[in-house]
Amino acid sequence: MLVISCIKQVPDTTQVKIDPVTNTLIREGIPFIMNPYDTHALEESLRLRDEYGVRSVALSMGPPNAEATLRKACAVGVDDAILISDRCFGGADTLATSCALSAAIERLSQDDNLAIVFCGKQTIDGDTAQVGPGIASRLSLHQLTLVDRIEHLDLDQRTIQVRRKLEGRYEIVEAPLPVMITVVREINQPRYPTVPMRLAAEEIEVKTWDNSVLKLDVETVGLKGSPTWVSKIFSPDRDQGEIIGDGVTDPEGTAQLLIDKLLSKDLLAV
Amino acid sequence: MSINQTIYIPLFAVSVLFFCYSCYQRLQLISLGTSENRTDRAGARFAKMLTYAFAQKRVVQRPFGLNHSLLFWAFLLLALANGEFLLEGLFPSVSLALLPTPLHYGLAYVFDAVSLLTLACVTIAFARRLFFAPDYLGNEYSSPRSGEALLILGMIASLMIAFFMLHGAQIALGEAAASRPISALFGKVFASLSVASLESVALASWWVHAVVLLVFMNVLPRSKHMHILTAIPNTYLCSLEQPNTQLREIFEKGQRFGVGAVEHFSWKDLLDSLTCTECGRCQDVCPAHITGKPLNPRRIVHDIKVNLMANGPTLKDGFSGELPMIAEEQGEGTSSEEALWSCTTCGACVNVCPVLIEQMPKIVKMRRHLVQERAEFPEELLTFFENAEQRSNPWGMAPADRGKWSSLLGERPFSVDKTEYLFFVGCAGAFDTRAKQVSVAVATIMDQAGITWGMFGKEEVCCGDSLRRLGNEYVFDKMAKANVEMFIEKGVSKIVTACPHCFSTLKNDYRQYGLELEVIHHTELIEKLIQDGKLKLPRNAELGKTIFHDSCYLGRHNDTYNAPRNVIKAATGNAPAEFGRSRENGFCCGAGGGRMWMEELTGERINRNRVSEALEQKPDTLCVSCPYCMTMMEDGLKDLGNEQVQVKDVAEVVAEALMPKQ
Ligand code: SF4
Ligand code: SF4
Repeated sequence: MLVISCIKQVPDTTQVKIDPVTNTLIREGIPFIMNPYDTHALEESLRLRDEYGVRSVALSMGPPNAEATLRKACAVGVDDAILISDRCFGGADTLATSCALSAAIERLSQDDNLAIVFCGKQTIDGDTAQVGPGIASRLSLHQLTLVDRIEHLDLDQRTIQVRRKLEGRYEIVEAPLPVMITVVREINQPRYPTVPMRLAAEEIEVKTWDNSVLKLDVETVGLKGSPTWVSKIFSPDRDQGEIIGDGVTDPEGTAQLLIDKLLSKDLLAV
Repeated sequence: MSINQTIYIPLFAVSVLFFCYSCYQRLQLISLGTSENRTDRAGARFAKMLTYAFAQKRVVQRPFGLNHSLLFWAFLLLALANGEFLLEGLFPSVSLALLPTPLHYGLAYVFDAVSLLTLACVTIAFARRLFFAPDYLGNEYSSPRSGEALLILGMIASLMIAFFMLHGAQIALGEAAASRPISALFGKVFASLSVASLESVALASWWVHAVVLLVFMNVLPRSKHMHILTAIPNTYLCSLEQPNTQLREIFEKGQRFGVGAVEHFSWKDLLDSLTCTECGRCQDVCPAHITGKPLNPRRIVHDIKVNLMANGPTLKDGFSGELPMIAEEQGEGTSSEEALWSCTTCGACVNVCPVLIEQMPKIVKMRRHLVQERAEFPEELLTFFENAEQRSNPWGMAPADRGKWSSLLGERPFSVDKTEYLFFVGCAGAFDTRAKQVSVAVATIMDQAGITWGMFGKEEVCCGDSLRRLGNEYVFDKMAKANVEMFIEKGVSKIVTACPHCFSTLKNDYRQYGLELEVIHHTELIEKLIQDGKLKLPRNAELGKTIFHDSCYLGRHNDTYNAPRNVIKAATGNAPAEFGRSRENGFCCGAGGGRMWMEELTGERINRNRVSEALEQKPDTLCVSCPYCMTMMEDGLKDLGNEQVQVKDVAEVVAEALMPKQ
């Protein structure tokens, strides 16, 4: 039985600044990290591996240096790590990315029975939350997004019940396997790599699959297969705020003023 | 008097053999530990042994210490008398009487007097244990009135009494010289007895003395009185590192990281555990123990011993032991994880132990195992570890913003030919709002004194102090290597830090990476600048009554006590008031050892305890020399609802004295 976690290497966005003149991301010297939501996807696949003995495989698409991120997945103990990397995959948008990932997942499930594909709910660099659902559509998997708990998993009956964390409510959903699940932070606490595992991970061979393996139509991948075009990146202007009331002399009145103001702008609901 | 040798010789032989066997067994246990070099620098070791074992430097620092120290010396002298006694039993012709008469009489006199002294000391020790034992003598597993302790004292007392009775009877019989004043008194008492009775008194006393002595000898290696045998070698084999920094680990496949089972400790750790005298001094100074955490350094050492005893036999057979060394729950022979995480690495325990046992390093070794082999640690440390590794600072702030605190000072890059000092600002100094003000004060002072300095700005990375104390040696190792490489590459030779943790790490820990630089804490630099007349303070800082809190990493770990005090005095006109517990006895703020990044949920908060102690002196300003102490003291004051007392770093006190009068 196979559980796959899709992880992406992203620039540490807390450190990314937008150049005010050129309106481009200043990426120079910014370290790459594993997309924080994906660390939870990875952890959940490892948790199921520990509990049910399924095979946990980490999958990532990116430039060759994304291997570093997969190595981190090895350090926490995935059974296999595969990097999808090819020049022709570069510049992919969410559609082209989900196509390539889907092809790889399909290939992996030829030798093993696919149960779950885990993705983070979104990435911190693109924030689209489309790749997970994209994979689900390409592969006709049932999609369970924003999951914060796996309530029940029955590998024999091939069913899963999860809890989805939605705004102001939870939803308990059941689906037959295989499924695609996107996870939120609350689902688990990612494990910390032990030193022996880190040292072992340094020697593990991260497999790289290029298009000679996946054999996708070059028109459907990379920049060519991406209908999305970024026309401009900019930081939005922020309106100058105003100072209302006087919190020192009249804290209560000021708090009231603030509440009224927020209500009037529809930023607060009673 | 004739001794029945057919009884004595076998008795003597069995006792000696059994004693040797016990010692051999203990040595075998110690040899289960891993290797560690503790025989280098013989001269320095010898000096330690003289100071701590023979001069009993630390023993005498507490009331009753003198009593122990007299006993110690009496023991050494009486060892001669007892040696003679045991030999005389084997070879009746061998005795002091063989020596030239003046020497014989002299020695007999000394032995008699010393025996009286011993009896007096033992009586005092007895009374202390029974009637006015200090709290720290006991704890959950041992009582001041423990049978073992009282038995030992009882045995010593009976040895002395039997000794007097024996010689008293012999004097009355005219068999021994009367050069023994105390025994002679006994002789006078016995004077009315018949010769036959006197002979039986002498014989009975001899046998009592002999049997008690042989039993005593055999109790030693099987009790806490093992320290009588091991304390002296233990001081010789002590760590010569000051402060006691953890050793490096080698990160290669197949290595073990930290200590997860008793046999992973070094042989010296195991010797420590058998040497503990159970005096309870470390328990009495430990901030974690005092504030109700499950940690007790004495217990850490004791549990290693119990574990070693329990697992020893199976370990000797080459199997692993059953009793765990570390578990969630504490048990005799097992340290609890919570106890290990409670340590602030303040070093108070290491600093107080009369026999130089190294408690805190053992805790760090076990933390290393938990972090590196098991990845088990309090939840809140996960964020800390990740921030430290990914962003090189504890808060996970953008590294690019490291230099921002100095924006008002203009660009101040370090360059080998233009700047004398590298100002290693540290994470707190660069990111913590309050500590940033201290960084500005330090920079202003250096500028005023005409010191040229520069910094690495956004290239600076965390020194790794908390990581190392928390046992995350792997990440610390990477950081230390990166820092050392950068110092060498940029040609740094002098570093000033505004944080005792950076200070101690750069100065001491990095020495293990081959880096020997002049590292100076800002209080030391300021003291020097004032002394050399480079820094003139135009006025006195008006901060009311000040009190100075010692940072463990500046004070106890690096013996810097006077610099901050002298600076405060120079800047305010008055010496700061002192805490009840100050200097070597300073009490931790609660943030060291990575505790800064952890919750403190059990017992009283350490900072609260410390701040209450400060408030007893009714200060207006509480002076600190460390950003962590700053946070802890400010939080403690808030916690106690005190808004009058302000907390200031020593540099801020000086900066105030530099400002023109308004
Ligand atoms: S270093 Fe300090 S906190 Fe840790 S055990 Fe020793 S006295 Fe206690
Ligand atoms: S470790 Fe040292 S200070 Fe602590 S109880 Fe034992 S002998 Fe005393």
